[in-house]
Amino acid sequence: MDGLVRRFGEFTAVDGIGFSVEPGELFGFLGPNGAGKTTTISILCTLLNPTAGTARVAGYDVVRQRDRVRASIGLVFQEITLDDYLTAAENLRFHAVMYGVPAAELPGRMEPLLDMVGLRERADQQVRFFSGGMKRRLEIARGLLHTPRVLFLDEPTIGLDPQTRTHIWDYVDELRGREQTTMFLTTHYMDEAERCDRIAIIDRGRIVAIDTPDALKASVGADTVTLATNDDARAAEELRSAFSVEVEHRKGALELRVPDGEAFVPRIFDVLTVGVTSINVRRPSLDDVFLKYTGRDIRDAEAGASEQFASNAMIRAWRRG
Amino acid sequence: MAAPTVPAPAPGPPSAEALHAAAVARNVRTVQMVWRRELIRLQRMPSRIISGLAQPLLFLLVMGAGLGSLIGDQGAGGVDYQVFLFPGILAMSVITSSLFGAVGIVWDREFGFLREMLVAPVSRTSLVLGKALGGGMVSVVQGVVLIVLAPLVGVDLTVGRVLALLGAMLLLAFALTSFGIVLASRMQRMESFQMVMALVLQPMIFLSGAVFPLENLPGWLAVLTRLNPATYGVDLCRRAVLPEATRLTIGDWVVPVWFDALVVLGMGSLFLAVAVRVFSRTE
Ligand SMILES: Nc1ncnc2c1ncn2[C@@H]1O[C@H](COP(=O)(O)OP(=O)(O)OP(=O)(O)O)[C@@H](O)[C@H]1O
Ligand SMILES: [Mg+2]
Repeated sequence: MDGLVRRFGEFTAVDGIGFSVEPGELFGFLGPNGAGKTTTISILCTLLNPTAGTARVAGYDVVRQRDRVRASIGLVFQEITLDDYLTAAENLRFHAVMYGVPAAELPGRMEPLLDMVGLRERADQQVRFFSGGMKRRLEIARGLLHTPRVLFLDEPTIGLDPQTRTHIWDYVDELRGREQTTMFLTTHYMDEAERCDRIAIIDRGRIVAIDTPDALKASVGADTVTLATNDDARAAEELRSAFSVEVEHRKGALELRVPDGEAFVPRIFDVLTVGVTSINVRRPSLDDVFLKYTGRDIRDAEAGASEQFASNAMIRAWRRG
Repeated sequence: MAAPTVPAPAPGPPSAEALHAAAVARNVRTVQMVWRRELIRLQRMPSRIISGLAQPLLFLLVMGAGLGSLIGDQGAGGVDYQVFLFPGILAMSVITSSLFGAVGIVWDREFGFLREMLVAPVSRTSLVLGKALGGGMVSVVQGVVLIVLAPLVGVDLTVGRVLALLGAMLLLAFALTSFGIVLASRMQRMESFQMVMALVLQPMIFLSGAVFPLENLPGWLAVLTRLNPATYGVDLCRRAVLPEATRLTIGDWVVPVWFDALVVLGMGSLFLAVAVRVFSRTE
């Protein structure tokens, strides 16, 4: 994609982004709520037109070759898009028909997927009797059903229990190994981001970083030392004057970034006159990367995601006006 | 930044003809599937049939009897008033449930299923056609229940008449569902429902000849009724079961059956085409 822009009225949701994803890659798309991830995916999936710029998916232009694009992709939506009054199996069958999965192959494909998401016994029950997590699981199974060349996953595992997430990721890995499926994933879970071949971080509609997880972590550079003391204010003062480093107060503790955390810790005790109650050294994580580029904690973004429902309702109201 | 993206060449791409044949098969099956979905949903919400029956029953039995006694032997359209009302009420039931069924698309939008359909590699025509046929079928099923009341109000039915009536109802249901889909495509939320009721459904029914004969009306009313496409659907239903009733006229011209059918079919096709266009546009 190149120079992709999408405006809603005056508001610019996607502001000139451009990058490419290699075939077979697992590409992570991270960003705080409202950064423009879903909007970007909607454009790539032909559900929205770009205001400016071009994008190609599987080699096809998303505006001029919509049918080709649609035939090449699969999509797991951020919100549930199942028919409540159909059974799980009927929802899958409906999908299979639209995507031209041969009827003879269908049972052979449906069963492993239903097993993967633990819904085999529920296959013939109407979806409206499912729990939220079960709907999510069915939605994922549906997205994988027709083995698309490019699969878009918009926060697919939000609200799922850890065991189910593991099952799903095992299956996804297997699928990638077998079919070389290209995957475009948005997530607020760090362990999922960690799996990606490359990650792009988007903030306010702009790409602020794009690289492999390791390179991104290296770009943060420093280790994080967290310590709690009897008198944080005084400790902060002493550390600042002794090492001329920046000391931040975060979550009731002091945080400082230094190149080599482990070697730094003993030196702390040389300068501090107040008692230290705990100390911790952490290598840079994607969380730090996220924080560095967006100024926000990845976990805050995750917590915000549960407010999605409300914000979606707002978007609808807005559209109407 | 770097331009074109994600090539992923498929090993040995299938020929253009093979792709085309597969696409045709996929679209045909999609029409069937969308159609079936409507019937499955009706089956799982049987209360829809019950609530859909309440209004027509009230009109037919209560209004039919009440106004019937007021009008007395004079009747309407050359027959007893309640008899006259019977096909009108059937048509009214079909019109109502078709419109409401189609407006259900707004639910699909709200619950996201519409997006699942719109992102699929099937033509918008298949989706809209499946919906129009399926939704039409559902409202005929809802209307058919009323046919059993015929003897009660003194309408003589023969197999031939019932078949003709079913045909008329199907045609009307298809046209009104297509119309409803167009309305729904412009609506973002369910609140607009009330508006459809007040601004579209009720005028359409009252101006159609469903509840009173269209002869000797004041000029403006005569014009409005003849401009209403539903009028021709109602006439079609009435002729199917009451060949003896007075026929629809425009001025001095007695409207033939084929003209009725043509108007209804034309309306259906026109709105179907509009609906396909609307759904082909991306925001
Ligand atoms: N249909 C719309 N009309 C108006 N504004 C919209 C519309 N859709 C999205 N927006 C706005 O565009 C911005 C980007 O939204 P988007 O859904 O792409 O965010 P996101 O990155 O997916 O966030 P999240 O992590 O919460 O899913 C938001 O500020 C949102 O309010
Ligand atoms: Mg989103």
